[in-house]
Amino acid sequence: MERHVKLSRFTRAGSAVTVGVLALTLAACNPDAAEPGTETSESAAAELTGEFAGAGASSQESAMAAWTATFGAQHPDVTINYAADGSGAGREAITAGTVAWAGSDRALKDEEITETAEYCGPDGAWSLPVYVSPIAVAFNLPGVETLNLTPDTVAKIFAGTIKTWNDPAIAADNPDATLPTTAVVPVHRSDDSGTTENFTDYLAATAPDVWTWEPDGVFPEDIGGESAGQSSGVIGVVESTEGAVTYVDASKVGAGIGTAAIKVGEEFVAYTPEAAAAAVDASPLAEGRHEHDLSYEIDRTTTASGAYPIVLVSYALVCSNYSDEATGTFVKEFVGYIASAEGQEVSASEAGSAPISSDLQGKVAAALEAITVG
Amino acid sequence: MTTTDSPPAPAAVRPRQRRSGDTERGFSRVFRWISTGAGALLLGVLAAVALFLIVRAFPAFTAGAEQLHDAGKVPGSFGSLLGYVGPLVFGTLLASVLALVVATPISVGIALFISHYAPRRLASIIGYVVDLLAAIPSVVFGLWGVYVFSGLVGDLWVWFADVLNLILGANVEASPTGRSLATASLVLAVMILPIITAVSREVFLQTPKLHEEAALALGATRWEMIRTAVLPFGRSGVISAAMLGLGRALGETMAVLMILSPGLSYSFQIFDSGRHTTIAANIASRFPEANGLAIDVLIATGLALFVITLAVNMLARWIVARRKEFSGAN
Amino acid sequence: MSTSTAPTLDAVERTRALLVSVDPGRRRIDRIMTVLVYGAFALAMVPLISLLWTVIDSGRVRFTLEFLTSTMRGIYGGIDAGGVYHAMIGTLVITLLAAVISVPVGLLTAIYLVEYGRGPLARAVTFFVDVMTGIPSIVAGLFAFALFTLILGPTGARTGLVGAVALSVLMIPVVVRSCEEMLKLVPNELREASYALGVPKWLTIVRVVLRTSVAGLTTGVLLAVARVIGETAPLVITAGTTDSYNVNPFDGRMMTLPVYIYSQWRQGVVPCREGQADCLADINELRAWAAALLLILIVMGLNLIGRLVTRWFSPKLR
Repeated sequence: MERHVKLSRFTRAGSAVTVGVLALTLAACNPDAAEPGTETSESAAAELTGEFAGAGASSQESAMAAWTATFGAQHPDVTINYAADGSGAGREAITAGTVAWAGSDRALKDEEITETAEYCGPDGAWSLPVYVSPIAVAFNLPGVETLNLTPDTVAKIFAGTIKTWNDPAIAADNPDATLPTTAVVPVHRSDDSGTTENFTDYLAATAPDVWTWEPDGVFPEDIGGESAGQSSGVIGVVESTEGAVTYVDASKVGAGIGTAAIKVGEEFVAYTPEAAAAAVDASPLAEGRHEHDLSYEIDRTTTASGAYPIVLVSYALVCSNYSDEATGTFVKEFVGYIASAEGQEVSASEAGSAPISSDLQGKVAAALEAITVG
Repeated sequence: MTTTDSPPAPAAVRPRQRRSGDTERGFSRVFRWISTGAGALLLGVLAAVALFLIVRAFPAFTAGAEQLHDAGKVPGSFGSLLGYVGPLVFGTLLASVLALVVATPISVGIALFISHYAPRRLASIIGYVVDLLAAIPSVVFGLWGVYVFSGLVGDLWVWFADVLNLILGANVEASPTGRSLATASLVLAVMILPIITAVSREVFLQTPKLHEEAALALGATRWEMIRTAVLPFGRSGVISAAMLGLGRALGETMAVLMILSPGLSYSFQIFDSGRHTTIAANIASRFPEANGLAIDVLIATGLALFVITLAVNMLARWIVARRKEFSGAN
Repeated sequence: MSTSTAPTLDAVERTRALLVSVDPGRRRIDRIMTVLVYGAFALAMVPLISLLWTVIDSGRVRFTLEFLTSTMRGIYGGIDAGGVYHAMIGTLVITLLAAVISVPVGLLTAIYLVEYGRGPLARAVTFFVDVMTGIPSIVAGLFAFALFTLILGPTGARTGLVGAVALSVLMIPVVVRSCEEMLKLVPNELREASYALGVPKWLTIVRVVLRTSVAGLTTGVLLAVARVIGETAPLVITAGTTDSYNVNPFDGRMMTLPVYIYSQWRQGVVPCREGQADCLADINELRAWAAALLLILIVMGLNLIGRLVTRWFSPKLR
């Protein structure tokens, strides 16, 4: 899906309504945003104009909608189109140079960086983490709000070997919970997704005895079981089905749905934005990359206290060099805004992501600073 | 076409042909070329559909197993394109055949109701109402199937599976969500009702009045008249109507996509979710976020669907065409 | 097989009763079949009524003027706003474009089949027009996508034009079929009278045949439009989705009504935080139903107009 924010020209009667709504919404999060007509004079600090395209991961889509709306309010002459065609399409687009930046649920591989050199300068494209989302293990059991689960138990649930909720494996870690005899209905994503890739990566790393499948964006189809497309699809099935359980971007978990605390080291950690950010900080950067490339290799088996290792890290792929000055300036400004404390706050409140740590914010800002233009 | 070995052109046409030759001068000739060209273009479009699908699908045919998995997004355990297309074709056929089995008797019933049971004034209104079903967009059927229908039948399937397991000792699994192939097939059945009904109705109305009256004169009841005069006459018509319905069901996308919980297996557990999907639904769900070889793989599955529906439709039309020649109808 | 005649009747009356009354076994079967036939019709009405009722009942909640005149630009989360204006425009543009492509080709093909067609080409066209009506809509979408990606490269295939081409593949055979029926209805006497006056054939076709059947042709085109206006699958993979207004079919994605319904459904329930004032959890579902209501109204309207055109304007031929 593509998001447009264009506050400069209104040629249609219909858009007036949209603008009114937009202005109202923005007024809530940004006190500077006044009437559409008057805001141009005060907030257009940087003279950004033009139309810029991005493409890529659909995981960033709802955050991107909020980012483009708020950024657009500050820079009314900028039109931003983000096409959520999937991470693969995003990587392809930045390689071909058809977009200013791209969103991707994984960092570029070494050979992909080489391929981007043609459009992005000799250093190629950099992967900057801008969107961190904890992946919750969410279930529908009336009266049960949280469960302690070990990685092995989670793997058994999704491999289909645990059939009922009062299974001894679950009961052992939850002595206080009253577990029903309801059948376990595991629900997985039917589409190719970064969420599935990160989740299966976690299972393969932490429960190798149970989870014998390779990490992949497509859920192993020989397991079978209930499935649905998109995060909203799987959570929709869970909401309507008692006993259903799924892995889903935590932002989608609504009221009445329980979530699991996962065993990390010796303790059980519930997903929180802080715990997800902690897991990112506890992970090493990929080796042998440019100093400003911030590709994380998430350490799923981390034992760091309070870290929640089932996280999806989604990146902004930006060029290290932009031959077009306007595009380069825009990317510095826009991605800088996304990765700023303000931008991360917007996505946390509107898309439920986990704000990246201020340390990481600094690193992203430094990387953007190092982008050369012209 | 080799399939349409038609009789020699009717003699009645010949005078007009000669006349058209006489008056065809100047722009008339151009106009003939233009309209003939339009007809040829139509054949060209059909050929182009096949051609472009083959060209775009070609990389998927030649790609190795590793490539298919990494770039083509073919799930791990299917080593080859055929291994991937197999369960898709199976799911597509199973869903469509089930829909057909449900829809055909009901459609024949409705067609008979319109042609032989309902009062004449009412019949045309009823025909319009059934056409109304055909006018409803499939995405709306999908919406209804998801929010209304699957919830209703989900419990029914669970109960049904319990009964079957108890009585027959079978091992039928049912999903309480109702997002199973059985639900999707029922919605498909509703969607193909109008076309099967429309074609059957036309055929039943063509039954020679003399046959019907003869049957009644011999003391046949209304049903006996239908059984002995109408149904034998309309049999090939009903068969081709069913084939047309099958063709429609095979290619139906949105309702299946929205209702079915997809999976890829050769399974007859039609009440369980996550077992099947259809080619069309699989394409629609994966295509928007696919890139590179993954698109080629999806187009290759689309090519399989195209070939299957083409075969079914050609068979159906061939039966219709043959029937027309024999009965002298139309 | 025993008749329940009273034992007091004599042989003549028994024979008469045998001849006049139907054997109850046969009558029972007849009754059962009558019930089944009526039942089949009733059974088919259940989903139709349920569906229409649900669409009307759920759709009217958000079916407001604001919904019809606003787009989804800048709408995110559970904001209580947003509408279908951009999707309506997209549907209008794409369908019009599809009609512009299909009607000339379809009408000329129909003219060819009725006025000129004989020989193997005409037989092939007739046969394959029927076959083409059975092309799955998603395959038409794949074809348009493949065509444009091969010509314009990988990024050229997400525009309104591609969607229109996909729809025309579906629409052309429908136009041909209905126009052909209409042209066949024009009596030969009219053509012959025109030829007798020395009017060339092409002028006869344009001035006499087409003019006589113009109402029927209009109906045919309208019904063909109604048939493709609800197509979703080919547009999902060609015109794509966008939340903004776009009238240019040659550049950028275009939202259409059916795709709007699908994408709103796909967004699912909004996870509103507690105490969040401006957030409706089921906003997407409500938007989907309202758009479905609008789409059904459009399709029914086209059908109705099509039928009225025939009734009001067609010359008395039958």
